[in-house]
Amino acid sequence: MSATAIPTEPARAWHAHTRELWQRFARNRAALAGLVVLIIIVIFALVGPMLFSEGPFELAGPPFAPPFRAFPLGTDMLGRNELIGIVYGARTSLVIGLVATLFATLLGVLLGGIAGYYGGVVDEMLMRLTEMFQTIPSFLFAILVVAILSPSIGSVILAIAVVSWPPMARLVRGEFRALRNREFVEACISMGMSDARVIVRHILPNCVSSVIVTGSLLVATAILTESALSFLGLSDPNVMSWGFMVGAARDFLQRAWWLCAIPGVAILITVLAINLVGDGLNDALNPRLRRL
Amino acid sequence: MSVARDRARYIGRRVAQAIPTILLIVTLNFLLVHLAPGNAADVLAGEAGSATPQYMAFLRHEFGLDQPLYVQYLDYLKNVVRFDLGYSFREGMPVRDLIFQRLGPTLLLMGTTIVLSIGLGILLGIFAAGKPGSLRDNVISVFALVSYATPLFWVGLMLIVLFAIDLRWLPTSGMVNIAAFYTGWQKVGDVARHLVLPAITLSLFYMALYVRLMRSSMLEQRGMDYVVTARSKGLTERSITFRHVLRNASLPVVTMAGVQIGNLLGGSVVVETVFGWPGIGLLAFKALFARDLNLLLGIFFVAACLVIAVNIIVDVIYTALDPRIRLR
Repeated sequence: MSATAIPTEPARAWHAHTRELWQRFARNRAALAGLVVLIIIVIFALVGPMLFSEGPFELAGPPFAPPFRAFPLGTDMLGRNELIGIVYGARTSLVIGLVATLFATLLGVLLGGIAGYYGGVVDEMLMRLTEMFQTIPSFLFAILVVAILSPSIGSVILAIAVVSWPPMARLVRGEFRALRNREFVEACISMGMSDARVIVRHILPNCVSSVIVTGSLLVATAILTESALSFLGLSDPNVMSWGFMVGAARDFLQRAWWLCAIPGVAILITVLAINLVGDGLNDALNPRLRRL
Repeated sequence: MSVARDRARYIGRRVAQAIPTILLIVTLNFLLVHLAPGNAADVLAGEAGSATPQYMAFLRHEFGLDQPLYVQYLDYLKNVVRFDLGYSFREGMPVRDLIFQRLGPTLLLMGTTIVLSIGLGILLGIFAAGKPGSLRDNVISVFALVSYATPLFWVGLMLIVLFAIDLRWLPTSGMVNIAAFYTGWQKVGDVARHLVLPAITLSLFYMALYVRLMRSSMLEQRGMDYVVTARSKGLTERSITFRHVLRNASLPVVTMAGVQIGNLLGGSVVVETVFGWPGIGLLAFKALFARDLNLLLGIFFVAACLVIAVNIIVDVIYTALDPRIRLR
């Protein structure tokens, strides 16, 4: 909280707090650049599909048209417009990355919160479960889930969420354990507040910043996982995705290497931008934990 | 004598602790097959119609689909304990044999990757931490940042374009030159040439992780009292870095490398697919392509057991390296 904030003016205090956060974030130049790139990608994903009359799977011209001529990014081996594929792929990557992370976060916060708050046997059991899930080769498990449930947006999201919750659970458990013994929590409990209320209203708000930082990095990992799954052919057949584009063009590497290169660059830029923003959020939200 | 006994007891306990994890994996496999839409035999056989009646009958028998669920579960468990992972009709071989055949190439790729990524990661981390904020620190940090955000399959394909198609320095895929019939050292050299690109591809991501970890670990250790003592003794900076700080600073990297073993196996599915490297990763991709889900389940089970075994070995080595860590 800002020192100038006056309790009777919560709106103003909130403004001051936000401004301070923003200043700390903006001090990290790389994070700022990442944010700008990420905003451009989001706009691209939202507005882009409206600019084209064709869908991403529609044939637009001759196959293997080179980039920077009639088509900005060329056409693929079937004559589909590469740029339209990239635009729709941005949508897919962002949606899957966000929704899968959301589910993983919900699960992680729930399990980690219960373990950290109640401690004892419950804690031990849940942490053993978390450790086991961390031991399992997660990408192989994701492959298995999508293959058995058959590839669709839903199964891909489920697979990614199921393998990404353990780090979040461990983080939240640590925070809950630390907060559980603080005086304000003891006070709430001695006032007879219910566990649910103590957790949701008093402990959880104090963990939000760490959860956001970890969550932002999970989004980046989720996008990488999604791209690897769709590269292997495990993506919704009705939805265009960057990994699928690389995988489909792989057999024509010798003839048209750019068809593999372009979607890969899109993945790289997106993941890099999210990682940079994550670092910046870490600087802004956990100023004491700044990296050396 | 008592150290040896302690160690044996420790290994025994670690193996016992692994049992619940293995049980979880078997349960997950079982649940996945039964939660999937449709009959379990259909799920395992892939798209209806592509499976022979013989295979369907085998699956029904294997999973005892007419039995109550808990009987099916216990039967499945019994088979797995006897390491009977079923039969792959598509490959015409028991799943167990199929996987063990492919284990060698994967272990070779993983071993090379572990050595390469830890070695380079530690080296570049030391180099970057030597002068924080300098040009070389920034170059190394940006390199690590970019490598950390790049999909493995893309790195692999681009390396193929550059080094195999354009420059023709290295082979594009496979593990041996089948037409050459090399023997002895020539064969070793041939495998090594085929190994270069897959190993670099798989190493890059983990190297990036270890560079970042090593750099911050070095910077943290440099402020420690023992470093001040070493410096006041008149030791050179080089000797302080390599004889004193290095060992302490690389502990977190070794720990992280142990944690990453499972992910390394996942990554090798992608890398082996890109480079046609004949390990269990490529086998998994083939199983996926043929919708041979029983084989895929077997691969997942063996891979998970492999990760557990490697983790136990790493922990034992770790306790030998660092005497402060007690065998508990």
